[in-house]
This record gives sequence, structure tokens and C-alpha cells, in this order.
Amino acid sequence: MKIHEYQGKEIFRKYGVPVPRGFLALTAEEAEEDARKLGAPVVVVKAQIHAGGRGKGGGVKLAKSPAEARELASKMLGMMLKTHQTGPQGQKVRKIYVEEGLPIARELYLGATLDRVTSRVTFIASSEGGVEIEETAAKNPEKILRQTVDPAVGFLDFQGRTLAYGLGLTGSTVNKLVELCKALYRAYVETDASLAEVNPLVVLKDGSVVALDAKMNFDDNALYRQKEIAAYRDIDEEDPIEAKAKEFDLSYIALDGNIGCMVNGAGLAMATMDTIKLVGGSPANFLDVGGGASKEKVTAAFKLILADEKVKAILVNIFGGIMKCDVIAAGVVAAAKEVQLRVPLVVRLEGTNVELGKQILKTSGLPIIPADNLRQAAESAVAAAGGRQ
Amino acid sequence: MSILVNENTRVICQGITGATGSFHARQMMEYGTALVAGVTPGKGGALFDEKVPLFDTVADAVKATGANATVIYVPPPFAADAIMEAADAGVALIITITEGIPVLDMVKVKRFLQDKPGVRLVGPNCPGVITPKARCKIGIMPGHIHKPGRVGVVSRSGTLTYEAVFQLTQLGLGQSTAVGIGGDPVNGTDFVDCLKLFNEDPETDGVIMIGEIGGSAEEAAAEYIGREFAKPIAGYVAGISAPPGKRMGHAGAIIAGGKGTAAEKIRALQSAGALMAPSPTELGTTLQEALRRGLRRKNS
Repeated sequence: MKIHEYQGKEIFRKYGVPVPRGFLALTAEEAEEDARKLGAPVVVVKAQIHAGGRGKGGGVKLAKSPAEARELASKMLGMMLKTHQTGPQGQKVRKIYVEEGLPIARELYLGATLDRVTSRVTFIASSEGGVEIEETAAKNPEKILRQTVDPAVGFLDFQGRTLAYGLGLTGSTVNKLVELCKALYRAYVETDASLAEVNPLVVLKDGSVVALDAKMNFDDNALYRQKEIAAYRDIDEEDPIEAKAKEFDLSYIALDGNIGCMVNGAGLAMATMDTIKLVGGSPANFLDVGGGASKEKVTAAFKLILADEKVKAILVNIFGGIMKCDVIAAGVVAAAKEVQLRVPLVVRLEGTNVELGKQILKTSGLPIIPADNLRQAAESAVAAAGGRQ
Repeated sequence: MSILVNENTRVICQGITGATGSFHARQMMEYGTALVAGVTPGKGGALFDEKVPLFDTVADAVKATGANATVIYVPPPFAADAIMEAADAGVALIITITEGIPVLDMVKVKRFLQDKPGVRLVGPNCPGVITPKARCKIGIMPGHIHKPGRVGVVSRSGTLTYEAVFQLTQLGLGQSTAVGIGGDPVNGTDFVDCLKLFNEDPETDGVIMIGEIGGSAEEAAAEYIGREFAKPIAGYVAGISAPPGKRMGHAGAIIAGGKGTAAEKIRALQSAGALMAPSPTELGTTLQEALRRGLRRKNS
């Protein structure tokens, strides 16, 4: 799950990671009032959307007076902010964060995430702050510093010092970074984060360190024990169909194509999308209905797929294992009747009782296009959707 | 012979009295698995289905039955504890089926297992392990699609494992052992562990390996295959059409920071000498072709 910068900073504050003073604004008037409350010579007006790269897209601006903050906020609110992470249509700005401008001496990068190779939380730091860290990692890997945390003891002081000296910090700033890293680690593990990124982390002219940005992502599997974090969810930032899918406990990802997919199992679902591509088509979605593929789930899945107007054909690909093909076929037929399908339906069933399953599809009275294997199913679906793209 | 499980495997089921656990415990017994005990705290002393003794703790179950493997169906909030309990009791093989365990719980589990060298974890979020010849099925896979034979299967994805097994069986090629290693970012046994075991198993002639996007387990496997693996191997990697930054169902299946793409993994496996299936329809026939070509040659 993703959250906004202002929410990330709330968490940072709670755990003792220093952040600038700032307030949330939902209107231009509130932004002006916030700027006045801050009383700083310069304030930063920041659009709150879940995507990164806001600065380049025009979502972060400096204001020298409360009136200017108001003017900037009124332009930002409601705009479709486009960044490299939003997609071409952009993301609508509904919230503004106004914070004090600070006298910056240096910009750094600091992030914590899971390292899958060691199965541990790893801190990544770089003196190349503010810019795209991935670019730095690719071009100048030697500028990326790493410290892997042993979960038995947590982030240790010496690890913080190692990062600080590696970044070229001196004097009292070294220990300030150590404390900041320890606080960030606590915030990470206590909220079940999957990413905590500070880009940039800034050193001020007085030698203190402050998190100028705060990006946190969380482990969806841990939200059951993170009620406060779960409450940060902003449904406006999510794809509406993906949000609906979550209610039915379905795993759905919207894509750009015109062939709706319904598959049991994540790996097989990806393989189905791949096969559609392979034969010249384009999948409209990833959708895993889970191992069972019950009638209720299949009905919900059909409704989700059909909510996407781009869909010109649906491909159902189910491997019937424990749940037998005849049971699945009956579920697919009942669901297709209930939702009154408006597009061609290609079904590929394989596994236990497959002949019985195919018989049920054939005698259903529905215009179902049967397929014997996945490749053939993909070819039929592409043809039914109007041919290769 | 086979890998991981055989006719001497005696299995405990943790979470046997839950809905999923009881269903699959019965399926396992029906297949022929030696399920010798169940563990549910508070139900010790009772019997499951009037035949399987229940215990309050894994240690008690091991002491009373001499079990050497466990399968875990415990719900996600309690699953990490269940794994560590089994490890502490010295159970050599811990197969965790549970899906949805918080990642940071698994980080702790992996740290805990570092001090238990005799313990192997498979999973979590996996279908389990099956050796058809020994009639030993530990997990949730449909037993009847399998057939005893000499092909090893190892996969990150459940239903793709079944696809591979089903295609093999249809072609008359049985399986020595099929292993699902699971789709989570932090898991136990990986591709390299399984490939090493298959390499040393005299009853495995060739292997199908099925990967997916995310992480670098396939790249590590490719490195091992190129260096040491001496048997014919067919491969498939799901997710060539997956966009970056989107989690494809499995917690581990995500292309992050430009890393973990299917194209990269396919390239690595191919150059290590694996014969790659162009589509999931051709898992079985690709393995057949790999066997036909015989001993693995590089860049074949």
C-alpha cells in the first residue's frame, strides 16, 4: 500500500525522524493560511499524489508570500499532474502540503527496503541526492552505500557512522545521521513498511539533517495488524477497478489491452498474458481468481473485467486440480449468464474431469469458444477481439 | 530415490483442525502420505478423523511419533511462530503452504533458521512437495495428475507447476519429485538448492524449472546451471508482458528498479544452457526435446 508524503512525514515525526514544519491544505485559502502560520520567508507548495517525480511535473513550487502560496495552490488543486510514474493521463491533485523552506547545504539520498538476496532490511545511501537514485545506481554504482540490518539487533550505531563517513559528513552531523537512521529503522519495522525513502535527505547550513521528502510503502499482508497505517489508504489514488477487486479478494491489475483475462494462480495468469502477447494480442488485465475459482469469485471477476470498456473479448484459463473442471465449468456458465456477457468468451479448461467440463460449456447455450490449450485459446481470443494489434 | 520426501517421510500437520488444514490432511492421507500427527494448541490428546493423534506442541508430536517433516496450514498471523516452533523441535523439513505471511515475519524466521543447520524450509506460499513413486504428497497439489517417473519439477508458481506436471504425464513422462518453492520475496529453499538435489539424485534424468518476474533467484539458478548442473533442463519464466512497478499477484512478482524482468531471466537461463519453452503450452514438449538432445550442452 502507498501513502502520501504528508502521511509519511506524520509517521517520521512520530518516530523522531526530523522533518520540516508543514500543514495540509485542501483549498487555496487553507494553503494561504498554512503559509501564514509557518511564517517562513519561503514556503514550499507540494502537490500530494502517490506517484513520484512530482517536482519535474510541476507539482512542487516555492512561494515567497502567503498570497503566492494561495495562487500556486489554486493552480495545482484539480490539475492532472503528469510524472514518469503516473502514466500519460496524469493523476488529479486533491491535496496540497505546505511546508517551510530551509537553508540547504547538501542533498543526499537515504532509503530502506528489503534485500531479497539476504532476506534482510537494507539501508541504501548516496551523496547524489535529489536525482533519480536508479540512474545513479546504474551509472555510478560506487556512489551507492549499503548497510544490511540484522533483525536480531536492529540498526546499529556503527552502521550509521559508516554511512555518514561514506557520505562525507563531519562533526556533529555524523551522529545526527546515526540517530535519524535508527529512527527510520524503527519506523520501518514497527509499521511493517516495504519501503522508506528519503529523497532528498538534506544537511542544513547549521549541520542538522532533515527529511525533505518521505515516501513509504507498506506490506499489504501486514495491514491486519497496522490499523493506523491501513487508515491512511486514499482510495482516490487507486485504480477504481483495482480497488473494487480488493473487496472481492481478487488480485487484479489494469493494463492497456483489449482482452480480459481470468485465470487461477498468479504464475498461470502472467503466463496467459504472455501468451496473448506472443500471438499478437494485448491483455486488458492481470486477474488471479485464486485456486478455488468458485462461482461467486468468477461472477465478481466477470463484472470487474466488463467494467473496463476497452475489453473486446474475455479469455478464461483455469487449471482444475483439487477443484474439478466440471465444477469450474458450471460456475463459469452460471456467472456468464448472471452478468449477461456482451463480448465473446474463450474458455480453456485443463485438468481433472476436463471432458465433463467441456460438455457443460458446450451444452450451456452460451456462445462460448472452447480451446484445447492455452496457445489456441489466446489465438481465438485475439481473433474474437478483432485481430492482431 | 527422489529429493526432499520419500517413503520414509513421516509428516506432522500444523493447523490440521482448520478448514484448509483438515481438507488437505484428508487429501494427503488418501494419496498415501504417512501423516502421523496433527498439532493444534489446546487440542492435544484428541484424534483427527478418529485416527491421527493431535498434540499441543510440535515437540510433543515429534517425541511421540518420530516425525521428520511438517506441513503448515496455520493462518498468516501465526504462521511464522509455527515455522519457528517446528524448527526448534528439530523437524528436518518444514513445508509452509500459508499464503500472506507478513514479510518482516519471514525476515525473523530466516534469521532464526540460520542457527538450525539441520532444518530446511520450503515455502511459504507454495503448493508443497510430492514424490509420486513414494506416494508421498505434502501440500495442496492435485495428487492424481502426477505419475511416478524420472523428471524433476521446480517452480515458483502453483498452477504452472500443475501445468508442467500434467503435460509431462500426458506425454508419458513421470516425475521423480515436484517442488513448489513459493512466490514470496522471502522464502526458504530456492531454485539452486533444488537443482543441486536433482543433480545428485540418480533417479532424476532431467528438470523443468519455472520462474517468474521479481528478485534474482532465476539469475542465481542460471549461474549455478552454467557452472555445475549436468542434466538436461527445460525452463520457462512467466511475466514477459508484465509492466514494471505492478505486483502480479505474488508478493514477490514485481519488477522493481528495472530489475527482475522476465527477459533478463530468460536470457540468463538460455545462456547457461537451459532450453526455454516459448509458451506455457510447451513445457512438457520442451523438456522432451531437452532429454532428446541428451547431456546438457551450453548455448544449445
